[in-house]
Amino acid sequence: MKYLSDKAIERLRDSPDIPSLEGTRYVLLNRLARGGMGVVYAAQDDMLGRRVALKVLDTPERSGGLARRLIREAQVLARLEHPGIVPVHDVGTLQDGRVFYTMKLVEGQRLDKHIQAVPSIPDRLRLFLRICDAVAFAHARGVLHRDLKPANVMVGPFGEVLVLDWGLAKILRELAHTNSERDSEDAFAKDIATSTPASGADSKEHSAVTGRGSVMGTPGYMSPEQARGDNDRLDERSDIFSLGAMLRFLLAEISPPTPKPALAIDKSLEAICAKALAVLPENRYFAVTDLAADVSRYLDGLPVSARKETLLDKAGRFYRRHNVAILLIAAYLLVRLVLLLVSRRWP
Amino acid sequence: MAHDVQALGGDKFPPTRWSIVEAARSGDPAERDRALESLFAAYWKPVYKYVRLRWNRPAEDAQDLTQGFFVELLERELLLRYVPGKGRLRTYLRVCVDSFVMNEDKAEHRQKRGGNMIHVALDFDAAEGELNAGAMDPALIPSPVSLDEFFEKEWIRSLFSMAVEDLRKLCDTRGRLTTFQMFEEYDLDSVEDISYEKLAEKYGLPVTDVTNGLAWARREFRRIALDRLREICGSYDEFEREVVTVFGKHA
Repeated sequence: MKYLSDKAIERLRDSPDIPSLEGTRYVLLNRLARGGMGVVYAAQDDMLGRRVALKVLDTPERSGGLARRLIREAQVLARLEHPGIVPVHDVGTLQDGRVFYTMKLVEGQRLDKHIQAVPSIPDRLRLFLRICDAVAFAHARGVLHRDLKPANVMVGPFGEVLVLDWGLAKILRELAHTNSERDSEDAFAKDIATSTPASGADSKEHSAVTGRGSVMGTPGYMSPEQARGDNDRLDERSDIFSLGAMLRFLLAEISPPTPKPALAIDKSLEAICAKALAVLPENRYFAVTDLAADVSRYLDGLPVSARKETLLDKAGRFYRRHNVAILLIAAYLLVRLVLLLVSRRWP
Repeated sequence: MAHDVQALGGDKFPPTRWSIVEAARSGDPAERDRALESLFAAYWKPVYKYVRLRWNRPAEDAQDLTQGFFVELLERELLLRYVPGKGRLRTYLRVCVDSFVMNEDKAEHRQKRGGNMIHVALDFDAAEGELNAGAMDPALIPSPVSLDEFFEKEWIRSLFSMAVEDLRKLCDTRGRLTTFQMFEEYDLDSVEDISYEKLAEKYGLPVTDVTNGLAWARREFRRIALDRLREICGSYDEFEREVVTVFGKHA
């Protein structure tokens, strides 16, 4: 009898669920990752001749709750057209009843792996600012991510930053819809109602997906209010907490439950992290743009709003910002002084 | 060394397998023997490895104890004492192993066991090789909880190995050995950079045939594994719980 390695056992546990894409325009290539809801595969889109990432539920399920979540994730992605957010291409149902959607195949590295090759703090901060851009855009479109963490950010080979896994996203508010948009969304919802075993009204879906009391997110990265399951009170500041945790990770390479950073962090950056990670939402930044602005100010050598500076701090920051000019002036003055001394000694 | 190779049952795939406990109580000797054979096949390796690690026994002692345990299981009809509602059969058997080893120590009358009563191949050399290859260092398995997990993991390994072997035989019967080879390469051997395209190229098949063949093999694997699992569980409730343990979800 063949000996099965631990890895083979893991694959066998999952393998019966590998989807058959018969009847679709996609050909399965290989497995990329497993998420909470399903598995992501690389697939070939035969019609357009390109590779895509295909996310599919583990298994056809009777309640339809996960199917609705997956569809909702695709709908959220569809409304977020931004260079920092992975674009969705297609949604459908496999012959075995499993719902799937396809999206851009992002070749690259997860942020937590990528930063090992980025030792420079300013470079890491610039990466962070691009994450903030994408999240701020989502907030402007009324969407909370609710599971921001380094593992959900991908850095592409050309330095592009993409925020992934919007499976726990919460729609805070609907944007103004045109009649045609509303009609097409209604038609889509009706379509899904016939393709998933149990479907309800949109409001029901919403509460099932992001219902009060259910705790979803990643410990250490989710805000205290999210960890309490207080989902009705979540707003942009909950994502800001997660961004603060990510910033701290980028600076010190530690995850938030660790009490003390492994590396020394600059006081201003520490203050930015502390403000973003405040326990009470009202003590955090009001918007992601405010957090990003503080990080940008730090990068430009300007004072940050999160910290009141002492005179010494101001002097230090002034020096760091203008160090070349200060050193040139100092060198010039030194030369002048030397010349003066020399001329007095040997007139 | 292989002990007492006297397989029963052949390559049959009964449509519905009896639970091992029902079979042990059955008046039909053939059915009882076949079910017991399945029990031994599924459990002897986990029991052997468990005795080696939990009781820190040298290979030869562990071999005697493993065989002795199954003989005792038959002689004292331990399966008849198992009450399905009280816990999993797997846990019951592990506890039986523990008390068997302790009693053997006390009595100090352990003798060579086995003989003609064990009807499955007990390839202890292979089991020993797996222990060494799997880096199962006893120092890494300190707590009873870890030992329980270890026993569970070995039990799943044993179940899956049997199901893979059954699948191979099924593929052979149906003239689908290429499908089995692809399944082996993609799902079992975890070859680096393996893809459906590469398999298609290697076997000269369209990618869709690879996809369909693998989907069929996986479905059959799952069906066979569930069938085997049903057989070695004490009750349907236990089977449902064990499906979650084995596959992480309901059947």
